[in-house]
Order: sequence, then C-alpha cells, then structure tokens
Amino acid sequence: MRNFLAIFNREVKSYFSSPIAYIVIGLFLVVCGIFFYLIVSSFAQYCMYADMQAAQSQYRMPPPKLNINMMAIRPLLNNISVFALFFLPMITMRLYSDEKKTGTAELLLTSPVTNAQHILGKFAAGGLLYLVMLGFTFLFMILLFIFGNPETGPVFVGYLGLLLLGLCYISFGVFFSSLTENQIIAAVSTIAFILFFWAIGWLAGSVNPGVGKVLSQFSLIEHFEDFAKGVLDTKHVVFYLSFITMGLFLSFVSIESAKWRGR
Amino acid sequence: MIDVQNVTRLFGQVMAVNDVSFRVEKGEILGFLGPNAAGKTTTMRILTTYLPATSGTAKVAGFDVHEDSMQVRKRIGYLPENPPLYPEMRVRDYLEFVAKIKGVDSANRNKAVDEAMDKTAITDVNQRVIRTLSKGYKQRVGLAQALVHNPDVLILDEPTVGLDPKQIIEVRQLIKNLAGNHTIILSTHILPEASKLCERVVIIDKGKIVAEETPENLTRKLGGSQRLTLVVGGPSADVLKNLQAIKGVAKAQTIEKIDKNKAKFVVESKSAESISADVAKAVVGKGWSLYELTPESMSLEDVFLHLTTKEEVVQ
Repeated sequence: MRNFLAIFNREVKSYFSSPIAYIVIGLFLVVCGIFFYLIVSSFAQYCMYADMQAAQSQYRMPPPKLNINMMAIRPLLNNISVFALFFLPMITMRLYSDEKKTGTAELLLTSPVTNAQHILGKFAAGGLLYLVMLGFTFLFMILLFIFGNPETGPVFVGYLGLLLLGLCYISFGVFFSSLTENQIIAAVSTIAFILFFWAIGWLAGSVNPGVGKVLSQFSLIEHFEDFAKGVLDTKHVVFYLSFITMGLFLSFVSIESAKWRGR
Repeated sequence: MIDVQNVTRLFGQVMAVNDVSFRVEKGEILGFLGPNAAGKTTTMRILTTYLPATSGTAKVAGFDVHEDSMQVRKRIGYLPENPPLYPEMRVRDYLEFVAKIKGVDSANRNKAVDEAMDKTAITDVNQRVIRTLSKGYKQRVGLAQALVHNPDVLILDEPTVGLDPKQIIEVRQLIKNLAGNHTIILSTHILPEASKLCERVVIIDKGKIVAEETPENLTRKLGGSQRLTLVVGGPSADVLKNLQAIKGVAKAQTIEKIDKNKAKFVVESKSAESISADVAKAVVGKGWSLYELTPESMSLEDVFLHLTTKEEVVQ
C-alpha cells in the first residue's frame, strides 16, 4: 500500500508540477463548454419553438413537456465520452514511456516495488486526473440544475458511465505506454485501439446476425448508451470493469515479458 | 556478499554475457573493466534484478536475484549509466520518493535523506529542481539515490562518465569514502580509475571474463618488459651505441635532443629483470653525466589492450 501511494503521489504531483494537467484540463473544459453551449442553446430554441407552436395552435394545447435529460444531458454526455477518448491518451502516454526514455524505469524496476503496485499507482493517478476533469464538467450540470429541473438520478448514472468508460481508456493507455518509449506512439496506438473497440459495434449490421450480436457486445460505446440514458445495468458495469482489468493485466504482462526480451 | 556463478545472458542470438563467475566479499570494491559493449552493464543489470539471466545463478547477500528479487532489491543501491532522475522533481522530494519505494520507514526517512545528501554534498541544492542542475550535481543526486536506504551493496555503472576532471575527482573521492561500509561494484572503461579505486579488477571482454586480479598484480604479471627513460649528457650517437650494447637491452632509441650535448633516450629490457643498475653503470663508466633515469612499468592501459586484443596472453 505504501508503495502504491508513493507511486500514485509522485505521478499526481508530476502532472500538476508540469503544464500537462492544466493544459489537458483547460482545453478539455473549453471543448466541453463549447458543446454545452451549442447543445443547451439549441435545446432552448427548440423549447421556445415548441411553446410558440402550442400557443398558435387552434386547439389551445398546453406546451409539450420537453425532457432536458434526454434532449440536452444525454447528447452532452455522449460528446464528453468522445472528447475523453482524445484527451485521456494524452495523460496516459507518458506514464511508462517517459520512465523508459529518461532511464528512471531502471530505478522503478530495481526497487522493492511489485509490478502490480506501480501499474495500479499510475492507473490511479491517471484516474484522479480524469476525475478532476469530470468534476469540472459537472459545473455545467449544476447550471442546468439551477436554471432547469433535470432528474438527478440519470445524471449521476451518466457520470458513473463516463467514469467507467474513461477508466477503460486509461487502463489501455497504461498498457500502450508500457510498450514503447515513444509517447506519440503510445498515444496514437491508444486512440486507434479505443476507436476500433468503439466502432466494432457498427460492423454488427453488415455481418451475419450471430457474429453481429457478439461484436456489438464488445463495443465500448454500445455499453455507454444505457448509462447516457440514465439506466444503470450491472451487465454494462461488469463489461467496463472487465475491460479495465484486461488493460491492467496486459500492462503487467508487457512489463514482465519485456524483462525477458531485454527491455 | 555477491556470488555470481556461470551467468549467461542471450539477447536473441547475441551472447551479451558468457559464463561469467566471480565473487565479491563484504566491504570490497570490485572494478568491472572492459571496452564498450563488453557485457558490463548487462552483468550489473542481472545483479540488480533488472534483467534475468538466461542461465546461471547470481546471489546478493545470500538471496537469489531471480527467486528472491524483492529481498535483493532492498539490499542494493544501483546507479545506472544515466542517473535515473525525474527532471521535474526537487532534489529533496526525489530522494524522499526513492527512500519511500526502497522501503525506508517514515520515522527514519528524513534522516536517511539528510545523510545521503550530506555524504554526496548536495545539501545546498536540495530545493532545486533536478532539471536545472549541472551534470556533476545530477550524477551526485544519482549517487545519493543509490545510497539513501543505506544498502549493503552498491552497484555503480560508469559513475564518472561525462564529468569534467574536477567532478571526476570529487566523485571518486566520494566512492572511496563509501568503501568499507558498503560492498561496491563499479564498472568503468577508464583504467586509472580502476587502479585508483578498486581492490580487485575483473576484466571482461565480449561477455567473458579475461582476467581477475588486483591492479598491481595485473600490471606486474603482464609487465613482461621494463622500460627506462634517461637523460644523458654526452655525444648522443656514442651513448646510443653503448646503450644498445648493454646485456639485456632489447631496444634503445633517442627520442629527443635537449641541447647539443644532452639527449633523452628510451631503453627497453628483454625480460622483466631490472636493468637500471647496468644502464647507470654503463653511462657513468664512460664519464658521461646522467641527469635522469626513470623506470616505467607497463601501465594498466597497456595491460588492458593486451588482454582485450589478444586473450592468449593470460593463459
């Protein structure tokens, strides 16, 4: 536990003592903010339009109740999940690549720290940074709560989904970082890999139904749909947790086997 | 303290370390000498558990580097060729981090860090960010990192490489001060360094140990011939002729005319027996003046070249 915390603390400090954390968090919020504005303002326009239509109609119908959860929050969460896909590899790419490049890997791997301890320490540090990113986007939700009346439950479920999905990106980010000493390669392979598992569900329509069903079960985004709608289903939680475990396990294997290959 | 037996390491088809065996006793400084790519670093990496050996066993403080790697790791301090520093950290924070992952408990950590900084004379930069330090300071922080948990064994891979002469002297002095409390293995390709620092030298070439001796023995054993330089006042052609005529002299040469009546000569003996007395007698007997007579034993540099260019010399 002490070793885990030591690694975790060092990584977190190193994020915040370099510009990485601030730039990633800042730009992530800028992008999310732009989309928040676009989505919310188009939702507001839509509401106004619907009200007007109702007022003008000859039957004097009451204006329709438009669901802010479904029409604003859900697309926003979907958008954030895409931005995270491009931002998170930027924070995971250095985790092992940098250690290999500067030679600190030799310190880490000759210290009495187990592979599991440093993998989890680094993973958790990336997770914390992501949590901070998500935390700031929650400010947007607070605005919606102040000026509207969304349902609370689905918002939290949506955020749980975002967290789990992001941790999937991070665990594979750690894995790809452990494969190479080049940070760019680590980031690009992470993005490509995640995109592949993202789009694998789209193939489902063009292959035979049996295979298609299997493929769509592997799709990262398919499992996010329910979360975005506010539906909490254990099968999706289990899928994400398995995905995270897989990434961490592969990191373990890659570090262990690099030893035999000669690093 | 360190017991290496028949260790071999392959990288694909390339044999980086080939059947290497040696022992280091407690408190000893062992020099690991060899040209680049001789297998020094690989051997050290095996000892520090960074790489596993393909075959053979290595034990540090009685623990096998493969079976009990965590126990070994607690007992070694390792300075790789590039000091493993996190450039964005402050010196003190960095050493505290290393102390933590090396298993120094929190009650002793501050003291351990202070001591390590004191020994390596880096206390004055303890709040500096590592990136901004000079190469010499970085090397010393690297050394402090290896010392911070007061390990039984120190493994230093080319600790003086890339430093300026003053820094080299400082780092060497530092290593000398550490001897006794720690068992030290250090690798180098600089020979005077090995002869100054080490009690015993292992010469390794192409993955194999070619010699293992004290630096003095090595020089003596392989110094097959003796060389003298002398400055004689007298007609230089005559002097040279006379020098060549002395029994036991293999070769004599004029290397420098100092002035009209004075010149510098080099004389090489046929065997290891001393010829200084005969040479002096011959010069003085002719009535010439002898200004200088310096015996030169073969330097470790020559020995090293001998060993690594033609191995049969040892056998």
